[in-house]
Amino acid sequence: MTLLSTRGLTRHFAGIRAVDGVDFDLPEGEIRALIGPNGAGKTTFVSLLCGRIAPSAGTVAFDGRDISHLPAHRRINLGMAYTFQITSVFARLSVAENVGLAARRRLRGRAKVEAAVAAALARVGLEGRAGALAGDLAYGHQRLLEIAMGIVQAPRLLILDEPTQGLSDSEIAGFKALIRELAQSATILLIEHNMSVVMETAHRVTVLNFGQVLAEGTPEEIHADRAVQAACLGVG
Amino acid sequence: MSDLRRSLALHLGLLALLFALQFVLPAYHHGNLARIMVLAGFAMGYNIMFGYTGLLSLGHALFFAAGMYGMGLSVQHLDAAPLPALIAGLLAGALVSAALGLLALRTAGVAFMIVKLMFAQAGYLTVLYFGDWTRGDEGFVIQQAQRVMAGIGLSAPTARYFAALALFALCLAVTLWLVHTPFGRVLIAIRENEERARMLGYDVFAHKLAAVVLSGTMSAAAGAAYGLLFGYVGATFASVQYSIFPLLWVLLGGAGTVIGPFIGTLFMFYLIDLSSGLTTAYMLIAGVALVLLTLFAPQGLAGELRNRLWRGLP
Repeated sequence: MTLLSTRGLTRHFAGIRAVDGVDFDLPEGEIRALIGPNGAGKTTFVSLLCGRIAPSAGTVAFDGRDISHLPAHRRINLGMAYTFQITSVFARLSVAENVGLAARRRLRGRAKVEAAVAAALARVGLEGRAGALAGDLAYGHQRLLEIAMGIVQAPRLLILDEPTQGLSDSEIAGFKALIRELAQSATILLIEHNMSVVMETAHRVTVLNFGQVLAEGTPEEIHADRAVQAACLGVG
Repeated sequence: MSDLRRSLALHLGLLALLFALQFVLPAYHHGNLARIMVLAGFAMGYNIMFGYTGLLSLGHALFFAAGMYGMGLSVQHLDAAPLPALIAGLLAGALVSAALGLLALRTAGVAFMIVKLMFAQAGYLTVLYFGDWTRGDEGFVIQQAQRVMAGIGLSAPTARYFAALALFALCLAVTLWLVHTPFGRVLIAIRENEERARMLGYDVFAHKLAAVVLSGTMSAAAGAAYGLLFGYVGATFASVQYSIFPLLWVLLGGAGTVIGPFIGTLFMFYLIDLSSGLTTAYMLIAGVALVLLTLFAPQGLAGELRNRLWRGLP
């Protein structure tokens, strides 16, 4: 079943087509990686999906329903979660409160929220830092906090915008395992530059270039694709 | 001691102290403190919007005056008893703040502040325009006989003090309750990072609107009580001066703290009171004190307390 699909999704910025007529289908339960060179329109594309910015043209459907005209918070309430590319945690609130804010939209009752927060923090390995101010965390830990805020929403679709940026190698290894585990209960759309993460976690890969879909296939197919190599690596 | 118990100890302690002061203060300070408690209610209303939701706002005189005139006009023209008049004041505040929120929240940041100030000025001019009913600048007095509630004359110092304390305690309790509810914590999240709150699925507009209405209604309650307890309703209270006061009180006392607005109101009231006894240039002294505080305690007095001693201060 298709969880998310777009038809002719387009966004112009002052004449530049950041996203240009994208048709995209994401089946439920899949881990999909979205790759492409800098400026290819990846972040703009996912921002259109979750309603952070409005499209110039085209439609977005979620779970068979046209959501093109819903504001962002309504889309999130349908079961999307979005983690920011540039960490955007509540710096002056505690780590636990950051995750708690994400949890309380879905859960009622102090005990339930506390349990969900503790579980989400444990999954990303931040259980020891619950009382710290989010702004005092190291950058990599703030990335993990972002992910915990996504997980605790128990989303049907989790959109992760460059989640491994700034993580150490050991944290990246942990992240790969976490993504596979999350895929049991959620569909995942992952913008990622780290090719080892893409190759080892994604079921399929979509390549964006100049706002258009350049290629789509399994990681192996994409890896072998000469056009993708030309676009992403500047060789071929 | 947990944060919650310390917080209860602090705020209940303050209320107990204010209760006890009633029996020892000389008449002059007794009257001042009653005024300060009501005005602190005004400041606490402002603090919900500015301190907790992060809406920089100038124009709260509109809400204070809405409460005051909602109460005063119903006493003056409808012969309303104090309690229904107070309720009329609250309703006026709720209506005005809801209407203002719906219109002004379409803007953000500095534009919001300007739009709100313009509405507040329009409110002030409206009071002057309908001078036949409001008696404009001159205002009108609410007679002692009109200020008797449940057999208690609110013009008597003791009754007035306790009425002011009751209002203050109510505003304090509402603010304390608010910051511990999920709703209040979403307001804080909006203050800290509006876009993030939105992308967690919160309806930011609806939350801000609710904050404006709660803030406006609390300030209106203070306005209605002020008119009733001190027996005078006038256009000065709708002027820009009364929009600047709550901003100063809250900034001085500590924005986003429950106790800050009271500290700020107390401090500023006595700063002006004492310095005007020394010199006619008392506003200069007040100004210098404000500059010093802004330089050395930018988070306000209670904000410094939070930074230095007690991070969990609500």
